[in-house]
Amino acid sequence: MPRSPTTMAAIRRLQPGRLTVIGTVLAVVAGSFAYAGGWLSPDRISPERVVNALSARGGNPVGHRRNHSKGICFTGQFEANGAGAGLSTASVLAAGRYPVTGRFAIATGDPAAPDASGRVRSMAIRIAAPNGQEWRSGMNNIPVFPVATVEAFYEQVLAARALPATGKPDPEALRAFAARHPEAAAFNQWARTAPWTTSFAEESYNSLNAFRFIDAAGLRRSVRWSMRATLPQAASSQEALARLGPDALEQDLETRLQAGPLRWHLVVTIAGPDDPTEDATRAWPADREQVDVGTLIVERAQDEATGPCRDINYDPLVLPTGIEPSADPILLARSPAYANSFTRREAEQGRAATGMAKPGDRS
Amino acid sequence: MNARSDRFTPLQRGLHWLMAAMILAMLFIGVGMVSTVSPRYWQLVSIHKPLGISLLLLVLIRLWQRWRHGAPPLPEDLPWWQRAAALASHVALYALMLAMPLIGWAMLSAAGYPIVLYGPLRLPPVLPQDAGLYTLLHRAHAALAYLLFLVILLHLGAALFHALIRRDGVLQSMAPWIRRPAA
Ligand code: HEM
Ligand code: HEM
Ligand code: HEM
Repeated sequence: MPRSPTTMAAIRRLQPGRLTVIGTVLAVVAGSFAYAGGWLSPDRISPERVVNALSARGGNPVGHRRNHSKGICFTGQFEANGAGAGLSTASVLAAGRYPVTGRFAIATGDPAAPDASGRVRSMAIRIAAPNGQEWRSGMNNIPVFPVATVEAFYEQVLAARALPATGKPDPEALRAFAARHPEAAAFNQWARTAPWTTSFAEESYNSLNAFRFIDAAGLRRSVRWSMRATLPQAASSQEALARLGPDALEQDLETRLQAGPLRWHLVVTIAGPDDPTEDATRAWPADREQVDVGTLIVERAQDEATGPCRDINYDPLVLPTGIEPSADPILLARSPAYANSFTRREAEQGRAATGMAKPGDRS
Repeated sequence: MNARSDRFTPLQRGLHWLMAAMILAMLFIGVGMVSTVSPRYWQLVSIHKPLGISLLLLVLIRLWQRWRHGAPPLPEDLPWWQRAAALASHVALYALMLAMPLIGWAMLSAAGYPIVLYGPLRLPPVLPQDAGLYTLLHRAHAALAYLLFLVILLHLGAALFHALIRRDGVLQSMAPWIRRPAA
């Protein structure tokens, strides 16, 4: 403490109780801040922890997405036919053509993974309206998600992590996960029995999570949507895909696009009154009303390293007015996790380019 | 700067307390939302952006009021270093109040996100999409937020020091309804 006479006089006058009051107030404010920030609850599942787990599944994802790490950019158009305008006021659903920047990927943590190692494939799109509004969506080629909560997702990522000794997940951990999570059965059934294809173009991609469409009268309807392939599926196998080479899916896409654009139909399914909107492990009955709202036309593909999708975060909560998130906890967990992954890879861009990335990095 | 009074104008006081509450809320919401994957994230981030941009408007009004009306003089007997600390911390608080929302806005621009405030209410980007700029701004937004919290703690400590220990009327210049205790 400084010793100016006024201060000394003040200190002499002070009752220790008053200093304690000040100290207590400051400690309470600082303590609440630490609590809000999660520093006092190390068990809280933070985006940081989820993305750390995703980053440690083998391979080197530095500079890349921490999930769906291997992919290829595309550009094209969304041609809205206007049928969606009755369901949602979203500007990209009004009849018209809107530019699309998208990405196909396989669900892996390793940007150098061979294509045959990815059971799950994805399409991500950003549709831009002239008024600056955007619709971003990340969709998978699976009918249901394996888990219903982010806690279970985190547990699954940890259970499926490759052991350093074998390069494979611990079978015991996988069994224990399956026993604790019977809700993953529908997904597992799909993974075991659905045909493998050798093309991104033969797959349909599903939003899985529910959203709400709001129409001009303010009526909210729960929906899920799908990008339906227009090409028939040629059933193949994992082995056949492996024989085509590690980058077969990307090569296939480029070859097909040289011959002309590829098309998908964006089909919106409207929930029945009792359909689950907060549980992505449960499909809706097949007879629900479906509305084809337009066609996605994929025109060009581009490597991710120099392509326009590299620096886009396909955060599923970037939505135009007229579309709202549902209360599905998986959907609401995706946004913070994607943001964390995005922030990391953007910071790593420079590093990957100047050779500071660890060996094994592809870029 | 007109005639000096021993308290801030009602508008200045109103803005001070309103913004104090809002800024503390912003800091708590900010650290809360980046540390959770629960459904609270979406609620918090949907409050964080419009509340932060409202603060940008309020701080502009506040700086204008400060320039027009000035501030009451500090007590004559305040040691020089406390005067200096008061001045430096107030300058820091104004600078951070102005910088934080601007950085938030610029950060979202550099990330290529649409900047949604509420419903159709959106802001235009103020920067082109750029990984390097985004990284810089994201780090600045977090680092300066912690600095702001620290300065607020010091400011709060100093205000209580004036109120409870020096009992010199400084708190009353901002909170005239509080009775000044006898020394
Ligand atoms: C809690 C559950 C989930 C977590 C934690 C999670 C996490 C992630 C992360 C961190 C990324 C990388 C984001 C980036 O850096 O840009 C990603 C990508 C992706 N995720 Fe998820 N995800 C989850 C659930 C889902 C679901 C339900 C879908 C469903 C359809 C999905 C589809 C995708 C797609 C398509 C991508 C690739 C986007 C792109 O190509 O950029 N994810 N996920
Ligand atoms: C978020 C929090 C806060 C911010 C950003 C903030 C900011 C400021 C600023 C910039 C000034 C300088 C006014 C000027 O000279 O133009 C000021 C003055 C003042 N603040 Fe705060 N404040 C905050 C919270 C508080 C709290 C919690 C208290 C008290 C318990 C407080 C008490 C005061 C007092 C007494 C003054 C008058 C100082 C003087 O006479 O020069 N403030 N505040
Ligand atoms: C007074 C104004 C503001 C304060 C005090 C503030 C405070 C904070 C804090 C404490 C964090 C958490 C930092 C961390 O630990 O990573 C944060 C994050 C964030 N802020 Fe602000 N903020 C302000 C204004 C804004 C504005 C105006 C916007 C946008 C319009 C914004 C957008 C964000 C976003 C998107 C994040 C999350 C970043 C991420 O995903 O990591 N903030 N803010």
